[in-house]
Amino acid sequence: MADRAVPLARWPGWSTGTLVGALILGALVAVALRAEPGAGLRPADWAAVRFTVVQAVLSALISVALAVPVARALARRRFAGRRALVGLLGAPFILPVIVAVLGLLTVFGRAGWISTALGVLNLPPVQIYGLHGVVLAHVFFNLPLAARLILQGWQEIPAERFRLAAQLGAGPREIWRLLERPMLMRVVPSAATVIFAICLSSFAVALTLGGGPRATTIELAIYQAFRFDFDLGRAALLSCVQIALTVAAALVALQLGRGDGFGGGLERPVQRWDANTFGHRLLDGALIALAALFLMLPLAAIITSGAAGLPGLPASVWQAALNSVLVALASTVAMLLLALPMAATVAAGRGGAIELAGLLGLAVSPLVIGTGLFVILHPVTDVFALALPLTALVNAVMALPFALRILIPRARQIVAQNGRLALSLDMSSTLFLLRILLPRMRAQIGFAAGLAAALSMGDLGVIALFASPERTTLPLQIYRLMGAYQMQAAAGAALLLLALSMALFWIFDRGGRGHAEA
Amino acid sequence: MLRLENAIIRNGPFNVTANLAIESGHRIAVIGPSGAGKSTLIEGIAGFLPVTQGRILWRDQDMTTAAPGKRPVAMLFQDGNLFPHLTIAENVGLGLRPDLRLNGEQKARVSDALARVDLEGKEARKPAELSGGQQSRAALARVLVQARPLLLLDEPFAALGPALKHAMLDLVTELSAETGATVLMVSHDPADARRITDQIILVDEGVALAPQETGPLLDNPPAALRAYLGGTG
Repeated sequence: MADRAVPLARWPGWSTGTLVGALILGALVAVALRAEPGAGLRPADWAAVRFTVVQAVLSALISVALAVPVARALARRRFAGRRALVGLLGAPFILPVIVAVLGLLTVFGRAGWISTALGVLNLPPVQIYGLHGVVLAHVFFNLPLAARLILQGWQEIPAERFRLAAQLGAGPREIWRLLERPMLMRVVPSAATVIFAICLSSFAVALTLGGGPRATTIELAIYQAFRFDFDLGRAALLSCVQIALTVAAALVALQLGRGDGFGGGLERPVQRWDANTFGHRLLDGALIALAALFLMLPLAAIITSGAAGLPGLPASVWQAALNSVLVALASTVAMLLLALPMAATVAAGRGGAIELAGLLGLAVSPLVIGTGLFVILHPVTDVFALALPLTALVNAVMALPFALRILIPRARQIVAQNGRLALSLDMSSTLFLLRILLPRMRAQIGFAAGLAAALSMGDLGVIALFASPERTTLPLQIYRLMGAYQMQAAAGAALLLLALSMALFWIFDRGGRGHAEA
Repeated sequence: MLRLENAIIRNGPFNVTANLAIESGHRIAVIGPSGAGKSTLIEGIAGFLPVTQGRILWRDQDMTTAAPGKRPVAMLFQDGNLFPHLTIAENVGLGLRPDLRLNGEQKARVSDALARVDLEGKEARKPAELSGGQQSRAALARVLVQARPLLLLDEPFAALGPALKHAMLDLVTELSAETGATVLMVSHDPADARRITDQIILVDEGVALAPQETGPLLDNPPAALRAYLGGTG
């Protein structure tokens, strides 16, 4: 018996939590049983393991190294549009990878803006395919994340410390030694590990910018073994390697991270008395401008080059877009049906195992789950016919860890605030859920649903495993257009994808805040 | 009559022992040092904390294991006595039916209760649109429609200024006198106890003592209470 009574039944959360755990662990077990260790890893597989680790290490180090000065500049400057810029740092999280890749190609590609400019100066064009292209794309996605995490660290230093330091006459160097370096020692390793873990399971970036024997990640190797060689035993073996790597990285990341959320209170600039010279201001301004340019140029590129391609989009793109919207909506509904009971039960207490089940999604990659599901379902049904529902389901499970991180703290707060009152009013578990918990979680539900919808909309993972020409999603269709060198149509479709993803996120998030309680 | 028979109420690692009886119709202050177990006692009676030994009886009926909402108890907490996303009328209506499917007669009772606490016309407001004192009165209106014979107050007016707090305590006195409810209130302030209660339960180091007359006890406090009250030493 629990120490404190709560007005919530625990079985719904245990049911969906068990479902999620069974799905993920089932896929893992299937993969492990199907793996053929006898063959061992071939030289090409070892190359994939090496490349995966090397690109993840480089991506993490470069992202963090660039993020530190950007975060410091953002932490000590106030300017118009600062809030918007900090908000923009969160945008890559829901930006479809394929859109960013096309944007980066438009800017940094062989025929891109920078290469053209270099050509005018009679310099050779930039080379984007291969290791540096993969790392560039990862830095594009993770520099903002690192900047947010580190900025949060900066802003968690109480303003009083800076006041005290200023009062003691500390200059930038003393402040660095007294306040900033200890904070960075704590925050930077955790941020770098998170990014390392994210980049380990990179698939879409490696698919579009990598490839070939020298730039293949394990995820990409799984895809190739599955799709081209139809060597399920090898795909499963590679999946096991991927699992071992991600689990190890996820464990380290969890150990180092102390529950950094998506960040609250990032808009409050710290009052600084040091670093107020003209040189410092110029440096910070330049850093912020460069970072903003780096983030916004590829997006601007997609918008300008996509607008031209938009009118003449082939019917297949519109069909794929419709599929993607349906998959995203189904995935959002599935995510909420799984996450809300789990969040409610965790909030009711004694739900540690459920929280763990929700985190499992971080330890497996979409391709590993996809391979596992294929191993399980292949004997009983035509998996390729189920490509779209399976994509929706896997996307829902992948969005679950993020959704739970948004939902659980609020659910806990509401149970703490209203739980006893509801009990004393003899409110049933269902009534408390429907009349109190869900209405009061509206903003968080909207935000989580928006994230899930946008993530699913832009996902290029499990669909690549199971797609057939007639069952495809918009990101995959864009990849096919790129493969056919129809770059204008690809850019137009990417603009459509960008617009649809952002619209879905906006509608859900907005809907959640519609009747914000006073 | 409420009886606690050798009851041990568990609050995590902490226990409160009570062996006492409370006659119906009294207003009783629960007084004692911080951490002595006042809130634990109240929450055990309300059913939020488990009773690991002994029994709690109301009119000779065992309610030791009854769910909080099935006890003859209405309770006001330190905070969170209103749901912020529901209107005042809905918050009061919850005292009649938790699913809020009220018939005409029940709606009239909600309006009457709101009028009784001087909140007529505020039915459609949300709690945040009311002042702190008005919020407390809305919560009291719900207690009124709940019409439970036992009212437990865990310092619900602590955040109000002295004048408002006195007004609320006086309102509690009036309402409980009208309904005949027995009132148990946690208090830090002997003046509050004198103002509205006729008996005191002293809680010290995890033991709740039987009720004693308020006036004589405060006029001539035993050592434990004297240490807590400060005063003459």
